[in-house]
Amino acid sequence: MAAAKKPVRWHIAVFLAPAVLIYTSVMILPLFGTLQLSLFGRGESGLIFVGFDNFRTLLFDPRWSASFWNALWNNTWFFIIHMAVQNPIGILLAALLSNPRLRLRGFYRTAIFVPTILSFVIVGFAWKLILSPLWGVAPSLLDMVGLRSLFEPWLGKEEYALTTLGLISVWQFIGIPMMLIYAALLSIPEELLEAAECDGITGMSQFWKIKLPLILPSIGIISVLTFVGNFNAFDLIYATQGAMAGPNFSTDILGTFLYRTFFGFQLQIGDPNMGATIASMMFLIILVGVCIYLFMIQTRLRRYQF
Amino acid sequence: MSKARTSLPRSAAAHGVLLLYTAIALFPVIVIIINAFKSRQAIFRSPLSLPDADSFTLIGFETVLKQGDFLLYFQNSFIVTVASLACVLLFGAMAAFALAEYRFRGNPLMGLYLALGIMIPIRLGTVAILQLMVAGGLVNTLTALVLVYTAQGLPLAIFILSEFMKQVSDDLKNAGRIDGLSEYTIFFRLVLPLVRPAMATVAVFTMIPIWNDLWFPLILAPSEETKTITLGAQVFIGQFVTNWNAVLAALSLAILPVLVLYLIFSRQLIRGITAGAVK
Repeated sequence: MAAAKKPVRWHIAVFLAPAVLIYTSVMILPLFGTLQLSLFGRGESGLIFVGFDNFRTLLFDPRWSASFWNALWNNTWFFIIHMAVQNPIGILLAALLSNPRLRLRGFYRTAIFVPTILSFVIVGFAWKLILSPLWGVAPSLLDMVGLRSLFEPWLGKEEYALTTLGLISVWQFIGIPMMLIYAALLSIPEELLEAAECDGITGMSQFWKIKLPLILPSIGIISVLTFVGNFNAFDLIYATQGAMAGPNFSTDILGTFLYRTFFGFQLQIGDPNMGATIASMMFLIILVGVCIYLFMIQTRLRRYQF
Repeated sequence: MSKARTSLPRSAAAHGVLLLYTAIALFPVIVIIINAFKSRQAIFRSPLSLPDADSFTLIGFETVLKQGDFLLYFQNSFIVTVASLACVLLFGAMAAFALAEYRFRGNPLMGLYLALGIMIPIRLGTVAILQLMVAGGLVNTLTALVLVYTAQGLPLAIFILSEFMKQVSDDLKNAGRIDGLSEYTIFFRLVLPLVRPAMATVAVFTMIPIWNDLWFPLILAPSEETKTITLGAQVFIGQFVTNWNAVLAALSLAILPVLVLYLIFSRQLIRGITAGAVK
């Protein structure tokens, strides 16, 4: 590297400066600013330092804690649905697509990925219309297969609404695990599969014994991406159920809870400090998830890689 | 490849599953688009049939284009997306080049610092971002959105682009240096054209979340003049919930541009995901 001998290499600073400046000032500093705001409260004369009082309020004050634990549990359920439905189906589709002899795979790949590029607003309203008892697309479809009696206004009932939204979100994002697993499956060396075939391991058992262990690192990445995405979700719920996350807060997740707290709704006025406290809790939850992934799963999986 | 791995019944089953899922994936989109072109009666009487001579109408689109400022919203989204994209690509490529090309103290640390943003969502800093924008007088401007989206897009762009820039041959750059080219010329004239495919991939990745975002327009720029198409469609649909023609037309108008863009760039997007994942 010839440049290494020059005394001051200004060009490095010039190359890095714009990105580092914008990234630091609009992303990193506000992130810390938000953490900091969560330690302050509104006193009689402006902001006062209150330490962890806001967190105590959020976790133990009866008015706040009920909403918080409700949102956290709903968020966890939202995540469980994605892990249990989205990722297995995504893996199955990827396994089918990765067959080198399959025709039309470009078409399938493109089509199944379409929902992922649509905005939450479109997805939310499209499904809201389809599931609406007024319009009757869903009931008449169920009628065709003789299951009409199963139809309920799923989005309007407390006990089904969150699960329905979870499945809509699964429908939207299934393309991502599918693509990542598909890529991982394509990168498995052909010799390995041929060797497996020589040993008589084909078909399903080949998938379980050879391919699955090799794609475990990708499954780890997908899990952490799903985790971060789910605990940061907001748009779909807001677009379909509004800021109140109805019916009766049964679809309230941390994102909508943050929005309501920060900006206020109906008769409640917004509270930036409590908003910052909720954002900080989300930050902690996501951080813990990412750390678990990095330190435990990632290091344990590394031995499978080539 | 041996023949044992594929047989007729098995490939038929595979096609069956994939076709079924393709139908599930496309069904809502198709239902929305075909009904947007139907009269109100036909929408309710036969929601699943294609529009025919009797039921075809454009009344919904007329309402949308007359009532909502859809063209303005579209323009706002376009400006924000293009400006953010340009900043992410230019600044991201410059930083990626510095990280990939030069050995300097703190290089790995800087790389790690910039990569943090891939995992931590920028949305968690919203409270302080809003304060920052209020202090800077940028609330209800498109500039605020551009800044936020640039910060949001940079980490992944730098991560992907520096992987690609490491693959550009050293001999080429050193030949340039011997010929007396400055580091800037080497970057802009030699390296950038060589990583153009990677840039296209990053562009598609960066573009889709920006175009679709609802959170930041809602918080930073909700005024009538600065609404983006996503926010505009959301508000419009909320207001016209009982006018089914208009709602369906608005949904179709919001779907079509992304869909067309996706069909053009889908190969690029898929290549990007596959290239990123193989690492």
